Amino acid sequence: MKHGIHLLWMLLVLARPALAHKPSDSYLTLVPDGHSVRVRWDIALRDLDYALALDANADGDLTGRELRQRSAEVSAYALERLALSADQRTCPLSPVETRLTQHSDGAYLALLFEAACSRAPSTLAVRYRLFFELDPQHRGLVRLEVDGATRTGVLRADADTLGFTVAEAEPLRQFVAMTREGVWHIWIGIDHILFLLALLLPAVFQREEGRWRAAGAFRPVFMEVLKVVTSFTVAHSLTLGLATLGIVQLPSRWVETAIALSVVLAALNNLRPMLLGRWRLAFALGLLHGFGFSSVLADLGLSGGSVVMSLLAFNFGVELGQAAVVAVFLPTAFLLRRTWTYRALAFVGGSACIALTAGVWTVERFFF
Amino acid sequence: MATRSLPVQTARPLRASHRAWTAAGIALAACVALAGVSTLRGSKSTQAELQPLTSEHDDHVLEKVPVLSPKERARVAALGAGAGPADLEVALELARGHVTEARQRSDPRFLGYAQAALGSWWHDPAPPPEVRVLRAIIRQSNHDFTAALEDLALALKERPDDAQAWLTQSSLQLVRGELEEARRSCGPLAGLSSPLVATTCVAAVDGTGGRTREAYAALSSAFSRSGRSEAAVSTWSLTLLGELAARMGESAAAERHFRTALVMGEPDAYLLGALADFLLDEGRPAEVVRLLEKHVESDPLLLRLALAERALGLPAGAEHAAELARRFGASRARGDAIHLREEARFTLHLANDPEDALRLALENWKLQREPVDARLVLEAARAAKRPEEARAVLAWLSETRLEDVHLAPLARELKGSAP
Repeated sequence: MKHGIHLLWMLLVLARPALAHKPSDSYLTLVPDGHSVRVRWDIALRDLDYALALDANADGDLTGRELRQRSAEVSAYALERLALSADQRTCPLSPVETRLTQHSDGAYLALLFEAACSRAPSTLAVRYRLFFELDPQHRGLVRLEVDGATRTGVLRADADTLGFTVAEAEPLRQFVAMTREGVWHIWIGIDHILFLLALLLPAVFQREEGRWRAAGAFRPVFMEVLKVVTSFTVAHSLTLGLATLGIVQLPSRWVETAIALSVVLAALNNLRPMLLGRWRLAFALGLLHGFGFSSVLADLGLSGGSVVMSLLAFNFGVELGQAAVVAVFLPTAFLLRRTWTYRALAFVGGSACIALTAGVWTVERFFF
Repeated sequence: MATRSLPVQTARPLRASHRAWTAAGIALAACVALAGVSTLRGSKSTQAELQPLTSEHDDHVLEKVPVLSPKERARVAALGAGAGPADLEVALELARGHVTEARQRSDPRFLGYAQAALGSWWHDPAPPPEVRVLRAIIRQSNHDFTAALEDLALALKERPDDAQAWLTQSSLQLVRGELEEARRSCGPLAGLSSPLVATTCVAAVDGTGGRTREAYAALSSAFSRSGRSEAAVSTWSLTLLGELAARMGESAAAERHFRTALVMGEPDAYLLGALADFLLDEGRPAEVVRLLEKHVESDPLLLRLALAERALGLPAGAEHAAELARRFGASRARGDAIHLREEARFTLHLANDPEDALRLALENWKLQREPVDARLVLEAARAAKRPEEARAVLAWLSETRLEDVHLAPLARELKGSAP
């Protein structure tokens, strides 16, 4: 019974893994942008606390104050353990912002910073040595995002360097990828779809003596829709271009709130027509939506030379998505235009519904 | 508003206004639903978003963190400064402490800390045997079974009286389906530890081979003769008794053993998982939900909870299944394969993708060969209608003569349909 004391310990370590928590990972996202690389690095607060004893009063609760008081030190600690180089030349890192975020296993610090390279990188190397001396099972999960395409890699104690070729993707593939992003954005961007629907709902009616009357022929309806969609397209393309090329820039919170408000206006205009003709309305409010698209495009990360092509492709995708919505909506609406379902339920009810939903968004986006 | 814009060519205005109100009512209901959905979606997406680190959050607890003693703090600081441990005894004690903590807290970070505590001994091609044993335990947790067994074999050559090493070696060989080797590794335990430990070790092996009844009888009598044992040993023996009884189809006895183990002290995750599997097989998912509700942190237990919730048609099941998918994704992203068994079971029963489940179950079979792993392959092969893929497992089953009331009909069915 010489080993009796170790018995408890023995049984605890039988080959029966039932580990609950996740092992330690950090998430490193790199987005090349001209001469610089935008970087976001999410590091678990638990790991930072283990390394730097952030929980100052050692009570097991890491508070906002305890973290904030040492956030500069934390950010410096992390940045010392990361090196980026473009074509064998080091790109100095400069912190931009420190924020908080959540991952499935808890709270993370999100370090946002920029790597200034001497030229637009064609190869990018990452050297990483965070936490390895404290936890050799720590991993750095890297994502490189170039022109809407994502590549990933894992950094580990025994493989702490990764190299990526940033060279731009073939133009055609890149065009297709960005077009797909545009279509996708219309598909998931419910505010744009609702705006479009609000504008299209009355298209199968004619306004006569203050009342709506079902249109007789398809041709004038089609022309009206074409006019509305074209002016929306021209307007949002204009502002999308201006914003992406950096000529005009607006704070995204205001843009998002204004977009929600524009949907409210478009829907209310159906119930109580008060604003200019529909194509003028589509143009005026379309200008706002272009700014909204531009922030999506910025998130996808565009590299130097391809901005104009990406812009065209993305916009093309947006138009395709829009055309699909019209192609489904218009024939259906035209066929149903005399029915109660369309007149009362879809037109009146739908417009009220869109106005209310967008109203909720407006409040949400402005205040929260 | 609705009445006003209501049209036009209606001959019966009264009826029209009635219809308008109906329309307004339906629209309002649809609206509330849409607004509700959009708000939910909105609030979900903001959770993952970035929040500024301002004084607003000063009094919020951002994260619960383990509290380290001043001694541990100093050691972490030294490691951070590049000073590894100098004294072997200190390093071993620290590493053992971390491994124990990893088990108790179900937290793999402590395995990493244990590895760090061993410092340069970790990379030593010929380290002291105690380091080899610890290294094997950490490596097997990462499912590096081959390297772990190598370490154990070499450690035991130098120190054949290390009970820890024999037991770990036996359980590893059992997981790999090397039954004869596993049985041989239990041998020395008779002289090195208590009779109950030695008997439980052998019973675990025999219960997987064709001697379930003998194993059950031997373990039962060893258990009743053993008198007072440490809680962990008793829990281990009772859990195995429960598993063996369940395998023989003796449900009442199985339940009695599991329940006795449950009240021995803080139940370990393995016991909870075994009991949950038993209850699921018995068709008693409601009890599984009650048993595991509070154990959502553990992946294997969350899996069983989600299976039970699915069986009961509870809405929480879908949420828990989504959470599991996220965890498996996170594990794959870092290049780990420690979830194969759970992922195969998840894919088969929760994601309903038998083809993919079969692929995962077969991949898992290359690594782990316990009765549960065999069952997964058979179930997936049947669901995917590819009985020929079960051939290797069927051969293994007839070779080991494993007796299991749940496996036997499955094996018969697949043998019948295999070309």
